[in-house]
Amino acid sequence: MTQAPVQQLDQIFVMLKHWLVGYVPAAAQPVVSSLLSVVAILALFPALFAFTTVLERKGLGRMQNRYGPNRVGPFGLLQPLADGIKSLTKEDVVPRTADKAVHFMAPLLLVAASFLAYAVLPVGRNMAAVNLDAGVLYFFAVGAVAELAVFMAGWSSHNKYSLLGAMRAIAQMISYEVPLILSSLAVIMAAGSLSTVEIAGRQAGYSGIWPHWYVLTPWGLAGFLLFMIAATAETNRSPFDLPEGESEIIAGYYTEYSGFKFALFFLGEYLGMFAISGLGITLFLGGWSAPFSFLTWIPSWIWFFAKLLALIAVFIWMRGTLPRLRMDQLMNFAWKFMLPMALLVMVSAGVWRFLPHGVLRWIVCFVMIAVPYVLLGRGLLQGKKIGKRTYRFAE
Amino acid sequence: MSAMVTRVVLEEEESARGVEGELLEISMGPHHPSTHGVFRMDVRLDGERVTRLKPVFGYLHRNHEKIAEKASYLAAIPYTDRLDYLCSMTNNWGYALAVEKLAGIPVPERAEYIRVITAELTRLQNHASLIGFLLQDMGASGTPLMYAFREREKILDLFESLTGARMMCNYMRFGGVRVDCSSEWLEAAQNIASSFPQFLDEYEQLLTGNEILMARTQGVGALSAELAVNAGITGPMLRASGVNYDLRKVDRYGIYDRFTFRVPLGDHGDVYDRYMIRLLEMRESVKILEQALAAIPEGPIIDPKTRLRGLRPKAGEAYGRIEGPKGELGFFLISDGSTNPYRYKVRPPSMINLTVLEDMCLGRNVADVVVILGSVDIVMGEVDR
Repeated sequence: MTQAPVQQLDQIFVMLKHWLVGYVPAAAQPVVSSLLSVVAILALFPALFAFTTVLERKGLGRMQNRYGPNRVGPFGLLQPLADGIKSLTKEDVVPRTADKAVHFMAPLLLVAASFLAYAVLPVGRNMAAVNLDAGVLYFFAVGAVAELAVFMAGWSSHNKYSLLGAMRAIAQMISYEVPLILSSLAVIMAAGSLSTVEIAGRQAGYSGIWPHWYVLTPWGLAGFLLFMIAATAETNRSPFDLPEGESEIIAGYYTEYSGFKFALFFLGEYLGMFAISGLGITLFLGGWSAPFSFLTWIPSWIWFFAKLLALIAVFIWMRGTLPRLRMDQLMNFAWKFMLPMALLVMVSAGVWRFLPHGVLRWIVCFVMIAVPYVLLGRGLLQGKKIGKRTYRFAE
Repeated sequence: MSAMVTRVVLEEEESARGVEGELLEISMGPHHPSTHGVFRMDVRLDGERVTRLKPVFGYLHRNHEKIAEKASYLAAIPYTDRLDYLCSMTNNWGYALAVEKLAGIPVPERAEYIRVITAELTRLQNHASLIGFLLQDMGASGTPLMYAFREREKILDLFESLTGARMMCNYMRFGGVRVDCSSEWLEAAQNIASSFPQFLDEYEQLLTGNEILMARTQGVGALSAELAVNAGITGPMLRASGVNYDLRKVDRYGIYDRFTFRVPLGDHGDVYDRYMIRLLEMRESVKILEQALAAIPEGPIIDPKTRLRGLRPKAGEAYGRIEGPKGELGFFLISDGSTNPYRYKVRPPSMINLTVLEDMCLGRNVADVVVILGSVDIVMGEVDR
């Protein structure tokens, strides 16, 4: 081996896999190779889910002047274990009038679909389970299955709250899928590829110390923000958690789920959140590449997970701060604001590509997005008497 | 469009459709995360739009009034704690005021001041937690509620050190109060009064300018001044609709005429106004607290000759009312000269404010219903009695 130790550390998991695959007959090697990737995904992301539940509950707790879980294990770190045992030992209640087969399948489908999305996520250099030519397309196709699962759950439960939740979920997820895909189209145009591995690879270069991340361009930043807003809605996270709006419709589509099926919904939802954050990182935040050229000695997979945790922290932060939107406001926001902005970002990305390098293209692209943003925001607020008020006082 | 017209239009739409099966009927409550106790709303939905809403209460009925009629005048005081269990101090006061009117019992100066101080502290903690709950109903995942509870905790600690109980204070007596407060207690109350505006600033910074909060509350659940007056709405809800009616100014019961404070009034009567009126009212309460704490005299807290046990007021009737945090809290008593009232009736502001719920909710959607209900400020202990 002539590789530097830094590179060895970077590729340690890849090397480990090659080493393991080397022990099986050549005919079985492709199968074993994919199986190993599957095992890694199946082990890693649920573990991250367990960790995130603690992180979220503790983070929210700190935002709300309380401790959060701190009884089970050191600093409450074993809390997910206790939660898991609890949900496994709970009675699994299925409503008498429920469509039992669909009711049973919905959580499984949700989790399975969420896992499938990880196949195309490059979590490090050379560390994607499969390198599909249409990786981004595949990701969105698999993501759409989650909508089906949610509707199955809402419909089969035969509960009015579940049905309302499912209706909300379908409307919301389909509406927000449009800006989600449109904002990633800008990146696909710039990278000239639908492959997630290729897109991440494109962003791994540096000018001086600055990386070539798409988020560091005017259209990329706007696209990233649109993408993350749409991703929040896609994964039903606060402030877009209407499908399970606890104070309104109990728990939405999973009202009638208990025990481990309930836990599976939770798992599916968090897996979806990780996956879509992972895609956001791949498309805009340079995937596994380091934020500065002098930090490239840190292994690429650490960078990926650092970025992932940072995005999760933002999700938790938003959940601790914002109230929930209403359905009509949510829809208006998607179709009247997100959609035109996403289209603009696409055009701006095209302009960026064909203008010569220099200050001019920064200004043009910035103006192209900023001016419509201000006008659109002002136009949408017009006619709605929303704003701070002054009050009179009687002595 | 007034609520009446809305209802007619909605009913016409419904009959034009001709198929009632298209509408979804939901029984929201009594076990619902945001019905504030065991309250039920039979809601008929067209999609998510409310076309009919029927409030159903009585799940927490405990025969409060009949029990009080069978108990002596003194023994009814702890029962009043359980009416609006967030504000036992003001409940006590309302009842004590009624008995004092009935039997003509004078109240010493110091006791009046202590009453004002505890009542305004009660108002602070009630409004703070109401806003917390309102935001909880809006889906803010607990942060505003926990902030509010942090402040409420301080006030409850204060109550505990004074009366021995955090919520069921059982503190006021006709003719005065039960125990005197020490100078340390007054100092602690002063600390709360001076630190409370900071908390309000912090709260406003987090919430008042929030676009989502404004979009969710402005223009939602508007209640016209006319309907509010006709329905007998009182308290912050009435003042949010722009009617200047505060019993502390109207009746000037107790010693409220000695304090300078203002009454905030809204112009729209929507949820945002109700939220803001409560925030502004808290600032005025702090002013009253500061004045009362500065002026409180030494002296007795109750006339030792007052007959607490075995009080037999002359036959007659009296209505004592105060401006409770939720509205006009009234106690009506008829005495037949015996040791227990012949008739005991409570005017619960929570319940009367709840009667216009359908008018505010028609044509809005489920998410709005929850927010509107949250802005009414109900405690089921008082609604059902």
